[in-house]
Amino acid sequence: MDLANKKEQVKDFFSGLVKPSGSAATNTNTQAFWAIVRKEFTDNLRSWRIIILLLIILLTSFGSLYTAVTTISDTLENAEEVDQIGQSYLFLTIFTTSDGTLPSFITFVGFLGPLFGIALGFDAISSERSRGTLSRLMAHPIPRDSVLNAKFVSALLLNTILFFSLGFLVTALGILLLGIPPTGEEFTRIVCFLLLCIVYIAFWLNLAILFSTVFKNSATAALSGIAVWLFFNVFYSIIVRLFSNSLLNPESITDPTQVVDHQETILNLMRLSPNHLFNESTTILLSPTVRSLGPLTMEQTAGAVVSPLPLSQSLLLIWPQLTGLIAATMICFAIAYILFMRQEIRTN
Amino acid sequence: MTASIIEINDVTKQYDEQYAVNQLSLSIPRGEIFGLLGPNGAGKTTTILMLLGLIEPTNGSIHVCGFDSIRNPIDVKRRVGYLPDNLGFYHHMTGFENLLYTAELNNISREIAEKRAYDLLEKVNLSESAHKKTGKYSRGMKQRLGLADVLIKNPEIIILDEPTLGIDPEGVRELLHLIKTLNKEEGITVLLSSHQLHQVQQICDRVGVFVEGKLLAEGNITELARQLFKQDTFVTVVQASPLKEELMKKIRQTDYVTNVKKNGNELEVYSKQDISSVISQLIIKSGAKLYQLTNKHFGLDEIYHRYFEGREQHGSR
Repeated sequence: MDLANKKEQVKDFFSGLVKPSGSAATNTNTQAFWAIVRKEFTDNLRSWRIIILLLIILLTSFGSLYTAVTTISDTLENAEEVDQIGQSYLFLTIFTTSDGTLPSFITFVGFLGPLFGIALGFDAISSERSRGTLSRLMAHPIPRDSVLNAKFVSALLLNTILFFSLGFLVTALGILLLGIPPTGEEFTRIVCFLLLCIVYIAFWLNLAILFSTVFKNSATAALSGIAVWLFFNVFYSIIVRLFSNSLLNPESITDPTQVVDHQETILNLMRLSPNHLFNESTTILLSPTVRSLGPLTMEQTAGAVVSPLPLSQSLLLIWPQLTGLIAATMICFAIAYILFMRQEIRTN
Repeated sequence: MTASIIEINDVTKQYDEQYAVNQLSLSIPRGEIFGLLGPNGAGKTTTILMLLGLIEPTNGSIHVCGFDSIRNPIDVKRRVGYLPDNLGFYHHMTGFENLLYTAELNNISREIAEKRAYDLLEKVNLSESAHKKTGKYSRGMKQRLGLADVLIKNPEIIILDEPTLGIDPEGVRELLHLIKTLNKEEGITVLLSSHQLHQVQQICDRVGVFVEGKLLAEGNITELARQLFKQDTFVTVVQASPLKEELMKKIRQTDYVTNVKKNGNELEVYSKQDISSVISQLIIKSGAKLYQLTNKHFGLDEIYHRYFEGREQHGSR
């Protein structure tokens, strides 16, 4: 659903680029809308903070790719049966393996992605306000929501382009360095993973846009965004762990089913964090051998064939996580939208 | 209806308990320069934003160019150019690029936009700085660029919110001249708000005095004075010597004179009508030498000042 939409938008965007604007006076609103998108897109591309973040993301991903490839080649040389390689989704491991010196690609993306999202969105509205351009912008014949929508679309577009090109670059380099092409399923998994990244970053982007509508000051918006990110990245798991210590205290547990219950409570608590949802989803997508996200009883595993999950099953497993992430994204955007529609345009 | 391009009918805007605009009715005919005058926080900007449909009034109706501002803000905004008081530009873009972006938002094709942008930059005297980043513009330059920005969509009405704020006197003179020219040559209706009275006075056909959300009086400067003061409308300043008591008495007894003040060789004669010719005759007949005789018109400054003096005495604030 998301993909189709985005494709449509991209198509519109490029047709808007090719066609000289102003040729049709009928479609006024969309034209002005794409004018804003275009401007925001170039602004983002030109701004130093995005360039710096892009460079960092590029450097780290190539670094992690390099370590992954060296690790994989070492294991490949030691592997005896070549047949097994095809079945074990070796290609996907370039995204997940590391030799301990540098974190893996997914760790980097999970770490820098939110920062990238926040950097794209934190001054969306507040900077227009503080520069005094908002009232000028609103005095033009465009609906009020176009401004917010266009900012979101342009940031999402940049995000999509960046992550697809990054993902495909890493894939291409992986093929060159390893000499193994990815299978069709592996490729689909990579695409799914990239889409997941985009949704995840879109969440942080929308959170930042929300903060930028709430706070008049860009710096406040940026700091609040980073604070939320830090909280979920570092402190949330610590808090949950503290809580789980008391919950999983062996002295208070009498029944094995209680252990499972408590484990699931803790897991669900963890899942309130978007970071955790993202981590779970990437693990399932890129490591098909992981078969479940929760505890499994012996009865459930009895009779199971030890083999990687097919893609459809993996997707089914992360469906709730994905829905949750998209829902969180939408909620943030909806709140920002409502707030913005009701806000005073006045500069002071 | 055909004559007036802006129609405000009984408009009220309430924020919580406070009235920002209170039962305002105003109509502005096409081709006029109308000055909205009032102290800070009188509701001028609120009124302007309501005209553009950016703020919804609590009550009342607004029609601009025949369109309902509440229902059809986009149609209104297509025909109205608005220069906000705290205007800003995208400072990483040049003045020219800023204009092109505005043109794009108004669906003007690129070729026309480029041509018009150059023309307008020429008109506002910014041709040399056209390709400089707006971040480096001075306040006056920004204001002039703002005017070009407003004009690029070929508006029927331009609304200027405090256009002269923070510009040096020469800049103000140029800007006002520019506004006047636009009004004369292209027939653009101008609505400008200000608290700088003598500037408004220079170019406005009509003025509305706005205090605490209410329009106290409207009309041209003389009408305003009459509305606000009822008497003492004319002041004649006379310099003559010698000023004998006899002469003073005669002047006091002249028709319409309400008050005479003496200050050295200078006389200030307050009257209900223009009586300068009578006074000059009196002085010459008495044998005194007349050096100077001027009719002091009530400027908005005085109107304003006297109005507020009165208000403070009434203790309404």
